[in-house]
Amino acid sequence: MDLTLTESEQEFRDEFRAWIEGNHPGKAPRGGDQVQFEFEREWQRKLHDAGWAGVSWPKEYGGRGATLIEQSIFGEELARAKAPRPANVLGLVMGGPVVIAHGTEPQKERFLEPILSAEEIWCQGFSEPESGSDLASLKTKAVKEDGGWRITGQKVWTTFAHEAKWCMLVARSDSEAPKHKGLTYFLMDMDQDEIEVRPLRQITGEAEFNELFIENAWVPDENVVGGEGNGWMVAITTLMNERAGLGASAALGLANSLDELVELAKERGMASDPIVRDKVARLKIGIEGLRMGALRALTSTMKVGTPGPEGSIAKLQWSSTNQALTELALEIGGPEMLAKDSDWAYRFLRSRANSIEGGTTDVLKNIVAERVLSLPKLR
Amino acid sequence: MDFDFTDEQRDIKSTAHEFLASRYKPEHVRELAESDSPYSDEDWKAISELGWPGIAIAEEHGGEGLGTVELVILQEELGYFCAPSPFIANALAGAAIEAAGSDEQKGKWLPGIASGEARGSAEMTCDPDPILGAAKGASILVMANGNGAKLVEPEEAELERIDMIDSTRAYFRVKAEGGEDMPGDIARAGSVGQIAMAAELVGIAQRALDIAVEYAKERQQFGRPIGAYQAVSHRLAEMLWAVEEARSLTYSAAWAADSDPELVPIAASMAKARASDAGTSVTHDAIQTLGGIGFTWEHDVHFFLKRARASAQMLGTARAHRDNVATLVGLS
Repeated sequence: MDLTLTESEQEFRDEFRAWIEGNHPGKAPRGGDQVQFEFEREWQRKLHDAGWAGVSWPKEYGGRGATLIEQSIFGEELARAKAPRPANVLGLVMGGPVVIAHGTEPQKERFLEPILSAEEIWCQGFSEPESGSDLASLKTKAVKEDGGWRITGQKVWTTFAHEAKWCMLVARSDSEAPKHKGLTYFLMDMDQDEIEVRPLRQITGEAEFNELFIENAWVPDENVVGGEGNGWMVAITTLMNERAGLGASAALGLANSLDELVELAKERGMASDPIVRDKVARLKIGIEGLRMGALRALTSTMKVGTPGPEGSIAKLQWSSTNQALTELALEIGGPEMLAKDSDWAYRFLRSRANSIEGGTTDVLKNIVAERVLSLPKLR
Repeated sequence: MDFDFTDEQRDIKSTAHEFLASRYKPEHVRELAESDSPYSDEDWKAISELGWPGIAIAEEHGGEGLGTVELVILQEELGYFCAPSPFIANALAGAAIEAAGSDEQKGKWLPGIASGEARGSAEMTCDPDPILGAAKGASILVMANGNGAKLVEPEEAELERIDMIDSTRAYFRVKAEGGEDMPGDIARAGSVGQIAMAAELVGIAQRALDIAVEYAKERQQFGRPIGAYQAVSHRLAEMLWAVEEARSLTYSAAWAADSDPELVPIAASMAKARASDAGTSVTHDAIQTLGGIGFTWEHDVHFFLKRARASAQMLGTARAHRDNVATLVGLS
């Protein structure tokens, strides 16, 4: 057991830390609009030019081939520096890894480089109005024609759909097959009239997400990933990529927020309030519990290929801690924290999605019960 | 970065698990818990032959010269089997003397503590009166003395056995006027004690979770195993969450105690606070999962509930440790 960084991990950290110090673009403008997006695209170009865009990707595909611990350090350093996210985050953490794992050689040549350079933005078309947690029940249809597929249906919670060139789309290509078997994974060109993008206004007032209305859109055969009928298996890989290794950097993001919360409590003269003290300590314990669990899970993944039971709770820890943290800020700050331009009010509202997005808390508990504790399924 | 046990530590863990599983079978634990004195000399002798009492004591004083991580491995397994043993009281006494004792005091007491032949006992709470575990039969008592600690020989002390709801350990209220001060700083030993107690709570909670999961797979109601119902399975998932979070914090605190002294005060408080809550909540939830059978004397789960409650309240409650964490993150 050694919780210090090895020499090479330290070198990796120092190199990236020094690079960020010299290249930090400042705080991203908020609002989820074009201005923010172009800012983040520029930031990704900068990362890419210096070889920091696809840190987890193998070197042969233009990445850095970093170990899991190094990827975690990378995320922690970004969080520590409060750097903006890169524009093409879905392409980097989901699209690229899926093409690398399941794509054909021509697909790798065609798609990977523009993801890294943020020249082509990616979005994800999985969820549907009637298929959220039960993703495999999705109804968007793919009908075979000569040379490709015609897609018709509706998708929801699609981030970056306005800017995206490519959509990772799962659709039902065989309505006769059992629900997990009849799905295919497509890369759909967003640049066609058969797709209508409507912004979806959320409780914060902004529109991070969109709805897609798809009517006979075209996907050529060469843009099927992983073969016809294998969509579920390919999609699961992307979802795993979304979750793997995020714990430690997520904990650092929370630690930054806790620092601000402690300052707020002091400003408001509540540093000796026993209830505030107790709640702040619970948050600190939750954050360190997440961070230490993530490091245990990373070690286990590097040694035996999978995380232990501690890996299954990271998302639960993160969402509950972030929600409790923003709630406490409102409680400490009083009514003025509820002003529309208050950063804490925004973070509070945004945090309500934390226990829904990327796997709801309810479904994640099912997964812990069934896969970690081997309890019988209700279904 | 390697947050995992070494091969040697893994061996210690599996050996301890096997040894304790055969030594502290449920019927043996029950027999001890229902007797006047929960400790068996034979068990202590067997544990001493394995070198456990001196696991974290320096070799020059007759110990194994290993660290807090190894101590935590043993204590977690002892908790898992709810083993009635003077082990932790002895380990705390050893840690205190090693941290704060003079060379002469170390030379005099540590070899007996390390070999198990002359056990020590240490104060586990001072609220309202000093309570020591396993004080009877100990050769030396370690008690708080202002900011430091003193050594009290048994003949100078007045021992009063307290019958606690936790009958798997022997607790004594101790009065002692005299004693010999130890010159050094006791703080590190206090932290090591808290981390070891956190490990015990992790072990207790893990066992309570295992008992509840096993039962939820077998017990049928309304034509299904109750573990298929989300009201039950989600509670079990939350129990796992509590156990794993407490475990991560406890292991990292143990590592800090051996390798990163600056982190120890906050790491120990975080571990003890989280593990105290996990120990109590998971044993409560285990009884809820078991239903009526869990409320009977006949089922073993109540021994875990009571031990968890006692351990949660020894060496600082969760509330007190959270107050310390609040100070250390800057609320002062």
